[in-house]
Amino acid sequence: MALTLQTFPTADAASAALAADGASRYLGGGTLVVRQANEGDLSFSTYVRATDPALSAITVDDGQATLGASVTIGRIIADGRLAHIAEAAKSVGGPAVRNMATVGGNLYAPAPYGDLAVALLALDAMVEINGGPVPLSAFLADRYGTYAHSVLKSVSFALPAAGGLRFLKVSRVKPKGVSVVTIAALLEETDGTISSARVAYGCMADRPIRAQAVEAELAGKPRTADGIRDALTMATDGTSPITDAIASAWYRSQVLPVHLGRLLLA
Amino acid sequence: MEVRKSYFADERTDDLKEIGQPRLRVDTLGHVTGTTAYFADRNFPGLLHLKMVRSPHHHARIRGIDLSEAEKHPGVARILTAADVPHNVYTILTLIQVGPEDETVLATDKVRWKGEAVVAVLANSERAAQEAAAKVKVDYEVLPAVLSIEDALKPDAPIVNEYHGQNYYRYDSGECRKVRFGDVEAGFAEADHVLEETYSSGPIEHAPTETTGCVVAPEGDGRFTCYTNTQAMFFTLDNTSIILQMDGAKLHMVGGTVGGGFGGKVDVIVEPIAILGAKLTGRPVSFIYSREEEMQISSPRAAEKLVIKDGVTQDGRIVARYVKAYIDAGAYSRHSPYGAQKSAAHFPGPYTVPNVWVDSYCVYTNRTPSSAMRGFGVTIGDFALEVQMDKLAHLIGMDPLEFRFINAYRDGDMKAHRQVTEGAALIECMQEASRIANWPVAERYMRMSSATREG
Amino acid sequence: MAKVPVQFTLNGEEKAEFVESGSTLLKALREKIGDMSVKGGCHQGTCGSCSVIIDGELRLSCIALAETCSGAAIETTAGLARGGVLHPLQRAFHEGFAAQCGFCTPGMLMAAKALLDRNPSPSREDVVDAIGGNICRCTGHEPIIQAILSAARANSVNAA
Repeated sequence: MALTLQTFPTADAASAALAADGASRYLGGGTLVVRQANEGDLSFSTYVRATDPALSAITVDDGQATLGASVTIGRIIADGRLAHIAEAAKSVGGPAVRNMATVGGNLYAPAPYGDLAVALLALDAMVEINGGPVPLSAFLADRYGTYAHSVLKSVSFALPAAGGLRFLKVSRVKPKGVSVVTIAALLEETDGTISSARVAYGCMADRPIRAQAVEAELAGKPRTADGIRDALTMATDGTSPITDAIASAWYRSQVLPVHLGRLLLA
Repeated sequence: MEVRKSYFADERTDDLKEIGQPRLRVDTLGHVTGTTAYFADRNFPGLLHLKMVRSPHHHARIRGIDLSEAEKHPGVARILTAADVPHNVYTILTLIQVGPEDETVLATDKVRWKGEAVVAVLANSERAAQEAAAKVKVDYEVLPAVLSIEDALKPDAPIVNEYHGQNYYRYDSGECRKVRFGDVEAGFAEADHVLEETYSSGPIEHAPTETTGCVVAPEGDGRFTCYTNTQAMFFTLDNTSIILQMDGAKLHMVGGTVGGGFGGKVDVIVEPIAILGAKLTGRPVSFIYSREEEMQISSPRAAEKLVIKDGVTQDGRIVARYVKAYIDAGAYSRHSPYGAQKSAAHFPGPYTVPNVWVDSYCVYTNRTPSSAMRGFGVTIGDFALEVQMDKLAHLIGMDPLEFRFINAYRDGDMKAHRQVTEGAALIECMQEASRIANWPVAERYMRMSSATREG
Repeated sequence: MAKVPVQFTLNGEEKAEFVESGSTLLKALREKIGDMSVKGGCHQGTCGSCSVIIDGELRLSCIALAETCSGAAIETTAGLARGGVLHPLQRAFHEGFAAQCGFCTPGMLMAAKALLDRNPSPSREDVVDAIGGNICRCTGHEPIIQAILSAARANSVNAA
């Protein structure tokens, strides 16, 4: 079957088309799906896209941001209201990829890709899909199952304070390389003591995951080398890192605690 | 740019016109305007796209090939198998008397590496070619594979390539290329220290930005014009002529600017089968590797394992060097017997060692065939030798640069492969490097010269 | 194969073509319009050789579908020189040995142009980021960075 593109005016119409045709894929920025077709993936023959303007909207209201799924990574970087997540957005690809890749696509990107998704997971974001809000962690766990043939509409989260989001993408190639491990952390502190923590990893599983043992151990501890020591011993709890051309699972496990420690103390 | 004219001032007239002068490249105007023509920068009406069905196994017997579904696929013009190739078993270096012929253009009864070409599909579009390729059914009986040099040389190892009969290339000198110079055992007896180290490297892909490929157009006069990014035009012409049993005059090879090669485009892989496709269909054919094919299928630099044993005296002279080198050719020879031969001659390095023993083996494994890449056969050896030199210097507590001055070859020295050294400039390069890197060495080394044995 | 009409401007000229639905902008530019200045290196959005400027933004023509570019203004290296006069970036690449095999060069030039159009006086860091998605395998990135910085300087001298 030759490839074709079907264009729909609304996300719901595109969702219906995706649901009706098992050999279809949603086309966002093209950085994942056109790449697959170019490499000879024959599992689909129809691209489905939606031109719904709502998908491209950015709204910021009372500290709460909602990004339409078609918002590009480049637009996040350019939007002053989103400055506190810009660093995470900048870690994605080069300028051309950032001008094409979308927020929605990043949430579907398989490891080692999907760096922004790691930040959004640490921000405890919610996504709008299949008619309802879904916690990002639940979406990620089922993104190639239940949510594979639906149009993700938007992602919402509370904007972090300046410097609140700690973000680190470790690459072997500087300045632009594929992730060895990506870490995002959002700490609440009172008088130097961590009152609560949310920590997310990329490449430490087939999808971005939360480091729950680390989060629990950090609560109530001073943000010092001594204070985070026990948390670092649990850094790899619950992880099953990927092995790819960039690094082995073993290597990722070895370097993760070091980078996590640096990020928490920075 | 600076030309330091004090070196060898008495050996040349000082009338350099080009060296030391900045010169603009003649081809960059084309590059910056996007007008340089690369092989694929042509459109042909009715162009067919060639897609290869490749082995998913490292080593397997082919029991049968079923093309019935693929041939019916819409857009398919022709499907080629080994039976269509006039001279299917070849080896590139047959042109310089390296034999036997050991590689199939399209696999017949066996595949010997994961990715080996089995069936070529020609269709109206890339997509149709991919879809039809997916419908080709090949019945494989998977065989035990040999995936390392060590496994290949075990006495009971499965035979990778029956055209050789054993898992190494047999030179006229025997199971390896040999260098014998002086008396290496006497050298070791004379040494104050003996250091044996093993070095190994993995295959390295050239990763050119432009992938390997060609576009072939049948001409009205019965000739075939092949636009190719080969780095070895005459190897390509002659091997294609042999494989297709066609007069070379019918093959019009058009080269030009190559979008990055680094040695990765000297094999003759895409052109013969694309020209055959054009001949059998009467239509223009494009065969261009995808990026994945470029990474997985095109020849890498060979993996190597090098065992270097040196005898050194406390005053810094290397008195014996014993090397066993193993060059992983992968499943077929391509350029690796030649690479292993080069390595043998190279191993003493740019140093004068009175007693040398080198055995260089070209080993066959069920891995992607390796071939040329910048200084193949010697580059990994240089890495290993220079690491070894540092280790030897540290062993005797000597500065590593001074240690190299003591052992550097100079004009008139007999090298281990029995070429007299001429035009050496290693000492002068090290003197200059010592200054630039601010790594001072004793004054006597700064007075040395490559032209004389004094000092 | 379903053919669909696509219309856009290419380097200021209006173009209209029928393309196969689902085909890439790279194919449309090369095979339909014949602009061979756009190179296909990886077809995965990874090497940057196919970079073009679409409505002022750097994008990858190998993973952009032609149909999604209808109505857009597209710029490629073929349109950089005007009236036989090289663009300062082209001159800087030529004079600064910023090209060897030349295959990545058109994409590099587009990435550099997208930067200078937006930021005429970039820092070295800006330049490094701007070509962060473009891979050169021969010359190395340093002469390319220097050429872009020197073109920016030449531009600012001309503007003064």
